[in-house]
Amino acid sequence: MKPVLQRRLPQLTTGAIFATLFITAGLMYEGFFSARVAVNLFTDNAALGLTAMGMTLVIFAGGIDLSVGAVAGFTSIFVATLIEKHHVHPALAALAALALGGTFGAGMGAIIHWFRQPAFLITLAGMFLLRGCAFWLNTESVGINHPLYERMADFAWEIGSVRIPLVALVLAASLMVGGIIAHYTRFGRNLLALGGNEQSALLMGLPIGHAKVWVYAFNSLCATAAGLVGTLYTGSGNPSTGIGLELDAIAVVVIGGTVLTGGRGHMLGTVFGLLIFGTIQSVLLFDGRLSPWWSRIVVGVLLLAFILLQRLLVRVAGKTR
Amino acid sequence: MTGRMRSFLRSPVLWPLAGIGLLLIANLVLKPGFLNIAVLDGHLYGLPIDVLNRGAKTLILALGMTLVIATGGVDLSVGSVVAITGAVAAALIGQGTDSLILIVAGALAAGAAAGLANGLLIARLGVQPIVATLILMVAGRGVAQVLTDGQVLIIKHPGFDFLGNGFVLGLPFTIVCATLLYLAAHTALRRTAGGMFIEAVGDNPEASRFAGLATARIKILVYTVCGLCAAIAGIMEAANIGAADAQRAGENMELDAIFAVVVGGTALAGGRFLLFGSFVGALLLQMLITTMYNLGVPPAVAPVPKALLILTVCLLQSDRTRRWFDGLFRRKSAP
Repeated sequence: MKPVLQRRLPQLTTGAIFATLFITAGLMYEGFFSARVAVNLFTDNAALGLTAMGMTLVIFAGGIDLSVGAVAGFTSIFVATLIEKHHVHPALAALAALALGGTFGAGMGAIIHWFRQPAFLITLAGMFLLRGCAFWLNTESVGINHPLYERMADFAWEIGSVRIPLVALVLAASLMVGGIIAHYTRFGRNLLALGGNEQSALLMGLPIGHAKVWVYAFNSLCATAAGLVGTLYTGSGNPSTGIGLELDAIAVVVIGGTVLTGGRGHMLGTVFGLLIFGTIQSVLLFDGRLSPWWSRIVVGVLLLAFILLQRLLVRVAGKTR
Repeated sequence: MTGRMRSFLRSPVLWPLAGIGLLLIANLVLKPGFLNIAVLDGHLYGLPIDVLNRGAKTLILALGMTLVIATGGVDLSVGSVVAITGAVAAALIGQGTDSLILIVAGALAAGAAAGLANGLLIARLGVQPIVATLILMVAGRGVAQVLTDGQVLIIKHPGFDFLGNGFVLGLPFTIVCATLLYLAAHTALRRTAGGMFIEAVGDNPEASRFAGLATARIKILVYTVCGLCAAIAGIMEAANIGAADAQRAGENMELDAIFAVVVGGTALAGGRFLLFGSFVGALLLQMLITTMYNLGVPPAVAPVPKALLILTVCLLQSDRTRRWFDGLFRRKSAP
């Protein structure tokens, strides 16, 4: 096998699984092969896709961020409160949320780097903190009524008979930007080097502190964006938005073939992982006989399969060396 | 004197103990009758008993988690295992199983099987602990929901109810059970070489393997014990509320357990563990929650002080802060 192919085997497998799954579902259920279902794969999973994109970068760097769901929930209720109770313009509220989210992420990154604390513990504390703050702002969901919001929610790009809502467009554009950041910038390469071996990266003179702090800041920005997209999608802000989102995001990244120890992976895999996740949800919806909780079990089984595949690849690579 | 003073100041259990003291004072100021214990029908009632009663589940989870963390791992799946064991018990009772021993054995077996699966993934296949237990954390809740068919199953079984709400010698059964488990763990680990084996595995798995320890088997055993502890907590939880709720049971319990262990001074890197620290940590967490209720803070906001507490403890225990503290003391004693 060619080395490039072998290196990308996890991503290729994910792509193949997605294709098989989608085609099988299309043959099994009437009306599954439609542009509408395909577009909905993006629209319904926009928040998950945005967080998974940020999470991919964090996992590239060998870290993990469990706070993303709480960040999305906090953003959701924060923006809704600002717009409805304090009559702030939505654009301004969104900017404030993004600034807060970015600062929060940078703070977590700084603690993880400077105080050498385990990422999962600090981000766990961050998750508690923001989820509690979100419920502090309001325990109920708040509807957002603003002309700009309605216009944005109704906006769609029409190609022929296919309507692509703004949410799906945002997701597609962000995934592209994320892919470019991950694979065509110095920052992205630093992250992969950092995840591969922190000591070597440090000795090579790479700015690892800078990279770590920024990747957490960027991830929190993505989670904030996910929260904003969520308010757009539902037309309201809810403090319990995104409970369990972090697990789904990590699952999507791992299913996409990114190694959880860091240093290896591809953004394209995350896209395929997201599509697989979305397809499973759509199939459960189309079928109607299976209960929704089966999706969690299927995702768990896929996670297990991919982690075992990764172990196998590592072992094979170790033998040939 | 100064040496002993310094070693006392360095003891990791000092901080959580001081925290409990502070919370106790704060509670006494807010509510002078905080420490009152009443005897009703031969049973003890009162806020301190309540703290211990509610803290028992966290303590039992923290016992298992301490061992897992001592081997350098972590178990994120305990919350899901709590949900699964509750669901198994409810399903068994729902099917007409009357024998309490069978019900408890079934639930414990489910927990042990979950722990064993984690242990096999980690020790035999070399999967990272966070990842391996994440799988069960994601899938476990789905399994519990399949078992209960997505509904909250009401449990009606007097024997089973005793496990969550019963009294032994005037004390709630949960407290007695947690204390016995703690003493058993302490004896089994500190009066034998078992604890040292676990610490050795966490400190340097390669070296301990060369020294003749069955590293993989110790790890598998530790994860199984952690699963068993989660099962005991799950039985208590289900018995206490008299229902199995696959969605909410054990939610965030894994975090509470990890927090109790870390607050108690067991380092996440592994290689050392302090059972007493975890005991104090679990108590501190429950004190904090009870204080929040006393202050009238809504339950949904209660995670905020929890998060601030854990951040403070992490920062206080980090090497950077320690060095800074040491410098501070040296400068004071120098002139």
